[in-house]
Amino acid sequence: MDVRFINPFLNGTVHVLKTMAFVEPNAGKPFLKKDSIARGDISGIIGLTGSARGSLALSFSEGSILKIVSNMLGEDIKSLNGDIKDAVGEITNMVSGAARKELETLGFNITAAIPTVVAGKDHSISHVLGGPSIIIPFETANGPFVVDICIGNLEGK
Amino acid sequence: MDVNKNLKILIVDDFATMRKVIRNLLKQGGFENVAEAEDGAAAFKLLKSQPVDFVISDWNMPNMSGLELLKAVRADEELKELPFLMVTAEALKDNVVAAVKAGVSNYIVKPFTAEVLNEKIEKIVKNLAA
Repeated sequence: MDVRFINPFLNGTVHVLKTMAFVEPNAGKPFLKKDSIARGDISGIIGLTGSARGSLALSFSEGSILKIVSNMLGEDIKSLNGDIKDAVGEITNMVSGAARKELETLGFNITAAIPTVVAGKDHSISHVLGGPSIIIPFETANGPFVVDICIGNLEGK
Repeated sequence: MDVNKNLKILIVDDFATMRKVIRNLLKQGGFENVAEAEDGAAAFKLLKSQPVDFVISDWNMPNMSGLELLKAVRADEELKELPFLMVTAEALKDNVVAAVKAGVSNYIVKPFTAEVLNEKIEKIVKNLAA
């Protein structure tokens, strides 16, 4: 995978969570993931097409997403309810938008589909290109989450 | 000139959470007269059945997108002057150009703060009054 794809998704994630949820996540070192098992309890997945194609997933631990959505809505949410699922979809959509805006400056014009949300222990993430994917791990004060991206340009790189 | 905080504002977004977030941000700016619709089709139906002063709409929605709603509003004799703010994750140049061509009043890229949202609303309303 082209390493130029990594930073826009990292920057987009930090920007969205800081602005909408007042949460400052700390990024760890990216690594390769060869299986399809999600690294979190709930994941938002969105397909990407255009001058690069693939998919983006954000996979949150329960602790991290409860705090993020509680901050976004200004109310204390204690379980993975419908509001959380809805918010994970919207956060995925916003991160995709912010990353695609940065990728546009690198010459990639990419459009996104409507996100889907999957929850449950060890749920799987099916990337459009099959995999392997790059994981960008993040830590927050309330738990970890990961950005899971599998994207290639039209030359398949 | 102070902006009338009793403006009836319609929030259009397929994500209930985002509608709630925008409602909360509007409340911080003093706007509490708010209605909601889950997509462009439901919004257009509501606009034809009750008075609304201002529309805040997402772009990507099932049934009828924000851009399609904007075009329908601008083509409607009764609604064509309605202030229309697009609030969307779509920040690509082509999207902005398409929205401007369709007659959008202003455009906010998600994520955004309460300050940005309320500034845009006040700017649109003041421009209309000028």
